[in-house]
Order: sequence, then structure tokens, then C-alpha cells
Amino acid sequence: MAVDRTFRICPQTGLAYHRSAEQLMKAHAVAGVVALLVGGVLALFVALTRWPAVHMLPADRFYQALTAHGIDMLIFWIIFFEIAVLYFTSSTLLRARLASPRVGWAGFALMVIGALITNWAILRGKSSVMMTSYVPMPAEPSFYLGLILFAVGALIGCFIFLATLVIARYERTYEGSIPLVTFGALTACIIAILTIANGAIILIPTWLWSLGYISNIDPLMYRVVWWALGHPSQQINVSAHVAVWYAIAAIVFGAKPMSEKVSRMAFLLYILFLQLASAHHLLVDPGVSAEWKMFNTSYAMYLAVLASMIHGLTVPGSIEVAQRRKGYTKGLFEWLRKAPWGNPVFSGMFISLVVFGFLGGISGVVMGTEQINIIIHNTIYVPGHFHATVATGTTLAFMALTYFLIPTLFRRELIMQGLAKWQPYIFGISMAVLSLFMMGAGTLGVARRHWDMAFAGNPLGFEYPTTAYLMMGLVGIAGVGAVIGGAAYILITVGSILFGRKLPAGEITTQPEPVRAPVSEALEGHGGGVGVLEARGTFALAMLLLVSFVIYYFINWKYLASVWGLS
Amino acid sequence: MSAILPPAQRLWWKEPVERIEIVWIVLAFVWCLILTFMMPYWHVFGKQNLSNEAYRTTPQAFAAKAQAVVDKWKVREVGGVPVVRPPAGADIYLVGRLWQWWPAYELKKGESYRLHLSSLDWQHGFSLQPVNINTQVLPGYEMVITITPNEAGEYTIVCNEYCGIGHHNMLGKIFVVD
Repeated sequence: MAVDRTFRICPQTGLAYHRSAEQLMKAHAVAGVVALLVGGVLALFVALTRWPAVHMLPADRFYQALTAHGIDMLIFWIIFFEIAVLYFTSSTLLRARLASPRVGWAGFALMVIGALITNWAILRGKSSVMMTSYVPMPAEPSFYLGLILFAVGALIGCFIFLATLVIARYERTYEGSIPLVTFGALTACIIAILTIANGAIILIPTWLWSLGYISNIDPLMYRVVWWALGHPSQQINVSAHVAVWYAIAAIVFGAKPMSEKVSRMAFLLYILFLQLASAHHLLVDPGVSAEWKMFNTSYAMYLAVLASMIHGLTVPGSIEVAQRRKGYTKGLFEWLRKAPWGNPVFSGMFISLVVFGFLGGISGVVMGTEQINIIIHNTIYVPGHFHATVATGTTLAFMALTYFLIPTLFRRELIMQGLAKWQPYIFGISMAVLSLFMMGAGTLGVARRHWDMAFAGNPLGFEYPTTAYLMMGLVGIAGVGAVIGGAAYILITVGSILFGRKLPAGEITTQPEPVRAPVSEALEGHGGGVGVLEARGTFALAMLLLVSFVIYYFINWKYLASVWGLS
Repeated sequence: MSAILPPAQRLWWKEPVERIEIVWIVLAFVWCLILTFMMPYWHVFGKQNLSNEAYRTTPQAFAAKAQAVVDKWKVREVGGVPVVRPPAGADIYLVGRLWQWWPAYELKKGESYRLHLSSLDWQHGFSLQPVNINTQVLPGYEMVITITPNEAGEYTIVCNEYCGIGHHNMLGKIFVVD
């Protein structure tokens, strides 16, 4: 087998696409969008069922739909897309040939087969166990098997990414260090490998248990190990979407990182403090001591939180610096006001950043606090949190990147550009509202994964306050809005790929120029040293985040202090 | 486009860090330390902490203890579930099972009780409403929490860990009297 060494140089962006990598990236992105479509249809049913006035599905269908919604969105859509991102950030950004594309196709096939098997298992109706599949509630063996096959496929993708980095270095396709965005993707890849290893440790025995080869899986052990899969996998998403934020800031504004060192350090902290969030799920579990909880949710200094707070400053900060260089220097916020708000690549990325920070980040830390978790655990506050982090943060960042990829990777002009302009707003704002009211309802005690908040027909009965009903109604409405926003994304992207005007392919070469930073940039450097870069506006926004964070955090302590004494 | 290109300065790790970044990192780090500090602080000065007390148990053993409490102190029934009025300070047992919290309790405001929680089958979520106190309940594990109700009223235990098709109908009651 001859090694494919042909590259296509994109005429608009100058990016060099390795021909074999290009096909794989397209396949993964398309498979991801298909999963998003399935998850999105289910999202509509879930939202319309939890909207008390509509209460659409019967109970069994609701739990079934919710299980599939969680898995299709959180696992299949995101990881398919992430493998595409890994290939893009290694092969394309480094102008290197992708390592062993054939193995890549085998990995892709495994992922597709795994996704189909798990969906089929859920569809059969005997595996409505939610994404977490807590033992001893059983699912059919095929439910676990599909997830295991999917994970093996994703693992293959991770190793191809790493091998491509090796090839790039060996064949000297770039000069100096790998770009920041590739570095971010590398942290995502390392976290993914660790995460999949944890997943194997728990899902393989659980699969054997479902087949009858193992008699008992301890429920607490399951939770400890499963969450070493469950939450670090969200750290993959965070690393990946922060890398996408930096990429979009660079693509749209030509923004440079404020300091390479700080941004890379922050990525590294995600790996070092990987398991913090796993322990957040065990804060009210029996048999886990307070000391264990305090240490493992913080490692004594919350440096993963610090890392996200750093990116929260440096991503918009780099945009501000770039904009000010272009002359948008008036006041604190001219740089932001004059940003291209009509460009979905930018607006999607910026909404993702703001909602991730203000809603997702703050709520995550608050409910991850040992004692505060008592008043939040398993309420609908929790899905409120992750619809801000994953559905708005990660998904919207990936959507924004797609608008960039369609012309350059798929070589199609975007159709319905008017709708595309609005799509990030419809999706992002609906999702933010949904998150906010889920958190509100959770504060009032509404349970997550629950079919009937009215407990109709139960002789004991319980009525939530009317405010809780109002909030769940608003969750339903916002959910429908988010589904419309998601549908618009699928319509535009699929429509563009099928019917968009074809764009020129650009020249084909076997010897692309190595990637290097332009000389002018090297001379200009990063502005020339300490205190030269001006990002006052970003700093003001960051302070707003910190103040909101502090206030909201202590409000929760105050609320906790009012409940029954517990010791 | 330097975030998607190799760093402009080959020796990027030797470059000085921007002042605005340093200020932010210091502020954020101090905040992270406060976040850490608050947890042990609350263990010393706060009144809402879960104990470390937990035991291995079996469904049979735990169900027998709950039955004993019912036999000893049952006062009435609500919706087919016995209501137990234990003396202050007593060990009380709450069973989570498909799909019921059993038994119900009548407690005195301001008194403390040692509440034992376990499940007889799958995982359940103890969610006391409307105060919104939530803990995880696992089969095979018996968690002990000393509870001190601070307000009279009728409280409902909702199950907030998904436990199958009857999950949304799994309720229990605690009555707190003056």
C-alpha cells in the first residue's frame, strides 16, 4: 500500500488538507450531525413531556427517550465531532499526513456500529437505564456492548491523532512547537485515553454481569469508577471546545494568545486536576468520607477551575487585543461592539464562552461543593448545569466551527446565510434560558429524570410550589426554542453539503510548505512584553464573572444554613 | 493567526507573562483557595454536614430493623403506610424500595434522630421536600444521618434517582410536629 501524500490547499484559507484525512473528518462530522439529529428529535419529546401543561409522552416512552437523548448527545454527537477535531488539529493544522487512514476507517466503523447497537438496544425498550446505567438496574447486554465498541473506535481515533503528531515532527511539517490549538486538542486526547480506560474498567465487567458471568457489581464501586469515566469525559469536551474557541479567535480575528505559556499551562491543569469533577457526583453517597470528598473535589486548590477561569480571560482577551490593534480602541467595549456579530462562527463561539462561564462554570463549582451538594444533588439543577456547559459550551462551539468548515473542508457555500446568522442566537439563548430555569426549578426541589412532578394518583401526594410549575413550563418553551435552533443548524449544514454551491478545490500538492509563524509576527512577538497588551474590557468582564461567582456561591451557603440540621 | 500556528517566538516559555494575566491568575487562585477552605470551615462551624457513618448491610437485615421500629412505635397509617412516632434521639430506619419509601415518621421539631437509609433493590434518591435535602441511597449500604427538623409541617420524600417505570410515583412522608 502506497502512503497517500497528497494535500489539497484550500484557496480561501490556505489550509492544507491531507486527502485521506479529509474524507475521515467529513465522515466523522456527518456521523456526529446524524447523532445530533436523533438526539434533537428526542430532546423535543423530552422537553414536551417535562413541560407540565403538555406532558406528552407516556412514562415508559419518556424514560426510553431520555436515555437515548443523553447517550446520542453526550456521547455520540460530541465524540464523533471530537475525533474530527482531533484529525483537523493534527493533520490539517500541522500539514502532516494522517497516520494510517485505513485504521482510522476501522475505528470509524466501530464507532458507527457501537452507536447503532446501543441505540437499537434502547429502542427495544428493555434498556431504559439512563446514560449512567447505575447497577443493579439492568440493561440488555447489547446496551453495554455498543458503548464498549464505540469507545474502542474512539480510542483508535485518539492513537491516530498521537501518531500523526509523531509523523508531523518526524517529517518536519512544522517549525517550533505545535500550535496552541493542537496543544489543547492534545490535552483532550490524553484525557480521552484516560477516560476510556476508566470506562473499560467499569463497563466491561458490567457487560459481563449483564451476560451472567459476574454475579454482583457493587453499586458504590460502580459509581466511583463510572464517574471516573462520566465526568472526565466532560473534561475532554472542555479541552476540545476551549481549543475551538482559540481556533475561532485566531481564524476570525487573527488573534494571538496573550501568553502561550499561560494558555498552555491552563490546558495542562485540566489533565493534572482531571478527577475533581468525578468526586462531585459522590458527595452525598454512603461510605465515602468527608475527608475523601473535600480533597478529591478540590485537590486542595481547585486548579481545574482556575484553568477555566484563565481561558475565560485569555480567549476574549486575545480577541480584544487583536481588535484594538485594528483601531477599535474607544472605551472599554468598542472592540466587542464592533465584533462581527452577524458571523455565526464568531457569535456562536462567543455565546458558547459566555454561557459556559457564567451559567455552566459557576453552577458547576457551586454544586460541586461538598455541603452545598446536599441541596442540589439529583435535582433538575444538575441537567441545568450541563446544558450550560455541554449543550451550550461544547455543542455551540462545535456548531460555530462547522460554519467555518463547510466552505473550507466540504467546499460548499453556506446556504440560507440569513438563517445561519440567527442560528447561534436562537440555539444559544434558548439553551441558556433552559439552563437557568432548570436550575431555578432544581432549587425548588424538582427532581431530574422524572416523568410526573404532579405525582398524579399517588395516595401520599405532594405539590411543588406554583413557581416550580411555572419554571418547568419555561423549561419546556426554551427547550422547544433550542430544538428549533438545533434544527436550523442541521438544516443549514446538511443543506449546504447537499445543495450548496460548489467551491473550487484548490491546488493539489504532495509537498506542502511547512507551517511556520510569519516572520513579521515573530518580530512583533506578543506585543513586546509585560503590560503592553491592552485588554481592559475583558478584565472588566472577568471581574463581573468573579463577583457573580462570589455572590452566588455565598447565597447558596446561606440557603443551606436554613435547612434541617444534619450531622 | 497564531493560535493555529506554531508560536511566533520559538522560546515561548521564556517570554514574560502579561501583567493583566498575572493579576487575574492571582485573584482567581485566591478565590479557589477560599472555595477549598469553605468545606472544612463548614464542617467546624456549619450545621449541615453529612456524617461519615455508614455500614455494609443486606436487604434482609435492613428490612428487619425497619420492621422492628414499626412494630414498636407505630401510631397510625397514611395512604397505607405505617406512621412511626419514635422517641427523640432514636435510631430510625427508612427503606427505599420499588417504588415506596417505608415507613412514614412523625418527628418533633428541634429534636434529633439518627436516620438510617438503605435500599432493598436498586439505587434510589432521598429527596426531602420542600426543604430540598438530597442524598443517594444504595442497596447494601446503610448510611446514618442525624437529622434535626427545624420547622413543623408535612414533608414529602421524593425519589430523585431514576429507578425504573414507577420512579415518579415513589413517595414517602415525614411529619414534623411542635
